[in-house]
Amino acid sequence: MAFLEIGLGHYLTLAAVLFTIGVFGIFLNRKNVIIILMSIELMLLAVNINLIAFSAFLNDLVGQIFAMFVLTVAAGEAAIGLAILVVYFRNRGNIEVEDINLMKG
Amino acid sequence: MIVQGLTFYLFAAIAVGAGVMVVSARNPVHSVLFLILTFFTTAGLFVLIGAEFLAMVLVVVYVGAVAVLFMFVVMMLDINFVEMREGFLQYMPVGVLVGIILLVELLMVLGTASMSPEVMAAGTEPIPDLADRQNTAALGDVIYTKYIYLFQAAGMILLIAMIGAIVLTHRQRPGVRKQVISKQLARTREESVELKKVQPGQGI
Repeated sequence: MAFLEIGLGHYLTLAAVLFTIGVFGIFLNRKNVIIILMSIELMLLAVNINLIAFSAFLNDLVGQIFAMFVLTVAAGEAAIGLAILVVYFRNRGNIEVEDINLMKG
Repeated sequence: MIVQGLTFYLFAAIAVGAGVMVVSARNPVHSVLFLILTFFTTAGLFVLIGAEFLAMVLVVVYVGAVAVLFMFVVMMLDINFVEMREGFLQYMPVGVLVGIILLVELLMVLGTASMSPEVMAAGTEPIPDLADRQNTAALGDVIYTKYIYLFQAAGMILLIAMIGAIVLTHRQRPGVRKQVISKQLARTREESVELKKVQPGQGI
């Protein structure tokens, strides 16, 4: 029953899969900014899993502290991103990514 | 050990399944709900690995704040989400290709990597035994001493994010009657009260 011994590799693989799903989501939902933001959250979650797995298996607390900072920045990013989205929707009436060219000059 | 292993596989499977549903669900509200499920199961994995504080922060911050924020925005914006899904299948092959390449690359890196024994000893803040000091207390010991400036900077980032979000979304709508205290205080007796001499029997 060796596969039941959970090691660092298991967590890193899970994080890799989640990160890939995040990238995949950005490609798949090219039109919907909200889903793209959610995909970015998934990728940041994968990074957090990596940090915490290394922290636990290397017996070092600093990884967990760093994960907390990543979480902070992710929360700020989500708030600002959604605020920009709301303002954009107010100006244009839709949020299709392909139509976003207000700053093209 | 067996229970731990099975729990890991169960939670990992749920997290990956929910993650796939986040990016492929038809309705964005369902996407947000699956995102919440992903966060919950990941929090469970964090508990499993011994990072209880981070697990609780994940539930409180992500599920309690970020996911609810997403939910509000999805529900408040009047968007035709069916139209937004056009081109879903068109981008599918490229997305699958890039995803598979990325996953294979990441797994190749993982497969060949090995941990040097010196790295194990190089940790600067060893995790104390759980019986002696809880995870939250141990984190606090380090955050409030060694990483205090970074902690303050994180608070500053949150403050700036809050102010930025308010500045961006706040708007003054014309035609809405609001109390403006400075205007009220600037009124003088002369401009607000006018005394008229009314002659008897004539009116104004």
